[in-house]
Amino acid sequence: MGGQLGETVNQIAQDFNASQDDYTLIPVYKGSYEETLTSGIAAFRAGEQPNIMQVYDAGAAMMIASGGAVLPVADLFAQNGEEINVEDYIPGVRYFYADSNAKMIGMPFNSSTPIMYFNKDALDAAEVEAPKTWEEFQNVTAPALKDAGYVPLSQSALPWIFTENFMSRHNLPFATNNNGYDGFDTKILINNDALKGHFKAVAQWYEDGHFGWYGTGWSDNARPFEEGKVAMWLGSSGSFGGLLQKVDFPFSATMLPYWEGVTKEPTQTFIGGAALFAMSGHSAEEDQATAAFFRYLTSPEVQYFWHKATGYVPITEAAYELAQKDGHYERFPAAEVGVQQLSLPGSDNTKGYRLGFYVQIRDVMNREFSRILTGETDVDSAFEAIETEANQLMARFAKTQG
Amino acid sequence: MKRAGFSNPWLPVALLLPQLSIIAIFFYWPAGWAIHSSFFLQDPFGFGSSFVGLDNYTDLFGAVEYRKVAGFTVIFTLLVTFLSLAIALLLAVKADKVIRGARSYRTLLMWVYAIAPPVAGFLGIMFFQQGNGPITQFFGFFGWEFMLGVNYTDTATAMVIVSVWKQIPVNFIFFLSGLQSIPKSVQEAAVIDNNSGTSRFWDITFPLLAPTAFFLLIINITYALFDTFGVVDTLVKGEPGNNPLTLVYKVYVDGFRGNDLGGSSAQSVILMVLVLILTVFQFRLIERRIHYT
Repeated sequence: MGGQLGETVNQIAQDFNASQDDYTLIPVYKGSYEETLTSGIAAFRAGEQPNIMQVYDAGAAMMIASGGAVLPVADLFAQNGEEINVEDYIPGVRYFYADSNAKMIGMPFNSSTPIMYFNKDALDAAEVEAPKTWEEFQNVTAPALKDAGYVPLSQSALPWIFTENFMSRHNLPFATNNNGYDGFDTKILINNDALKGHFKAVAQWYEDGHFGWYGTGWSDNARPFEEGKVAMWLGSSGSFGGLLQKVDFPFSATMLPYWEGVTKEPTQTFIGGAALFAMSGHSAEEDQATAAFFRYLTSPEVQYFWHKATGYVPITEAAYELAQKDGHYERFPAAEVGVQQLSLPGSDNTKGYRLGFYVQIRDVMNREFSRILTGETDVDSAFEAIETEANQLMARFAKTQG
Repeated sequence: MKRAGFSNPWLPVALLLPQLSIIAIFFYWPAGWAIHSSFFLQDPFGFGSSFVGLDNYTDLFGAVEYRKVAGFTVIFTLLVTFLSLAIALLLAVKADKVIRGARSYRTLLMWVYAIAPPVAGFLGIMFFQQGNGPITQFFGFFGWEFMLGVNYTDTATAMVIVSVWKQIPVNFIFFLSGLQSIPKSVQEAAVIDNNSGTSRFWDITFPLLAPTAFFLLIINITYALFDTFGVVDTLVKGEPGNNPLTLVYKVYVDGFRGNDLGGSSAQSVILMVLVLILTVFQFRLIERRIHYT
């Protein structure tokens, strides 16, 4: 990870090295999530894999499917006579990087979830509260903010925030086969009226000037919020630390809105961000070192430090309690929103998803969503295209495992 | 005439060996691998794989998106090649006539050559930035709301402009030296026959520039097809989205970002065939019609 996040990662590595004399951990920055995954794969094929590799949500299916490349965290700990108790982790992170038998494969690390940040000055100027539902946003918040001279809303990742987490937030299945956990012959379930209704609304908001969209890139959509032009921004709970440094207006956050017309009982969202995977093919001593680092990383103190510095959620219940006890959330109520959202009631639909070639499927979504917003296509044809191409990609992925 | 030869038949082979092995290791071997893996669907980590025959190719030709990318690549290549050649030729002809300060003019025009494609792309982002880029504001002055990364055509326009700008100096250098190698006597004779500068250019100068122009044509087509990767990658900021992509960039997106090795290999094989066709076209059809003095 780069920027402020990278500095915090380096700090944790330094502290780990200083905390004991047996092992030395060297963090290496390999670029974006996509670039890291690709160079990690290349390194593995050349027999030079690192001990630990950070892989983001969309790459999880590939890592977990490639049985031989990864040493599951559960096994890593078992080798050292320890057991992982999933109940120690906050609900939202328990199964995302686990296999279909709930065995933890990747060690959840920087776990975030999409939340809604808002510029307090903007909301005060428009005399509105942050909306809880999309109905409220559409009828009350957005028109008021527009009248107050703001672009009411922007978001930074349409596939992540408006698709994957749309499904988990509304307790809808994202794909067949138990969201893809139970096999490779999976079909995507996004071509449904609830999600299409959402995108029809989004397109309308965009047309009415109630929603700003500045391209596919993350920061292109975050910048107008940071500059104070956009009043509310859907981003990652992990963006919190960076925002604190960057913006000069008071801001806070609230949970991802939902459609009351779709569900009255919104559920928890998926975690995004990335996990740490222990790579196979290393000596027992090195694996011990990896286990030692994972133990260090998941200790309440380190988790709390990480959470405080970045805004990524504390992944264990113990760390969450520590943060509460320390009064962190009284000082920064926005910092708790992500954890709260991940601790809402869940179901099989909210554990996670496991879809092959998902990086490309996201690219297809981005492409079609862009076309909806620029008026090159309509919502129905866009979703048909995504469904067809996603299913083709997953069928191709199934063959790579043959 | 005595035929020169080697007394030991192995000596020429030994002398050629370094060159041959470089070609074999860096070209034939990877090319062979690309062809091989284009018939498979392979787990990125190299564990599983299944033979799928021509599926990777049929999937590509059946995909609307791939045809769209191919279509854009053709238009992009034509535009970049034509514009960078035409503008460079114009600049070269004008620079050729400058007498005072000629050297500094030429140096200034050649400077851009030293800029690496990603840097050119980055400069492009700064100039075409949504809202506050200088060129964006300039277009806005004429009522064109330029949206890089949002509007397909706008992004394509930025790609073409940056790629052309980056390529002009190379063409300029070649055209200028081409112009300077045209014998003065020929030009002076032409002045006696014809008073019009424009028709003298088309009747005398341009045909004499043909070898240079043809060489540049091929260089520019390959530039537009392959070397614009850095410009494309920087301008789309690594997010394909609904941005215009070239075929080479698509190979990268599918292979290195999506880890679809089979599909990406099939695409590189298609590009290899394309290059092969270009080469045949170059040597068989056009080279014969060009007269080198």
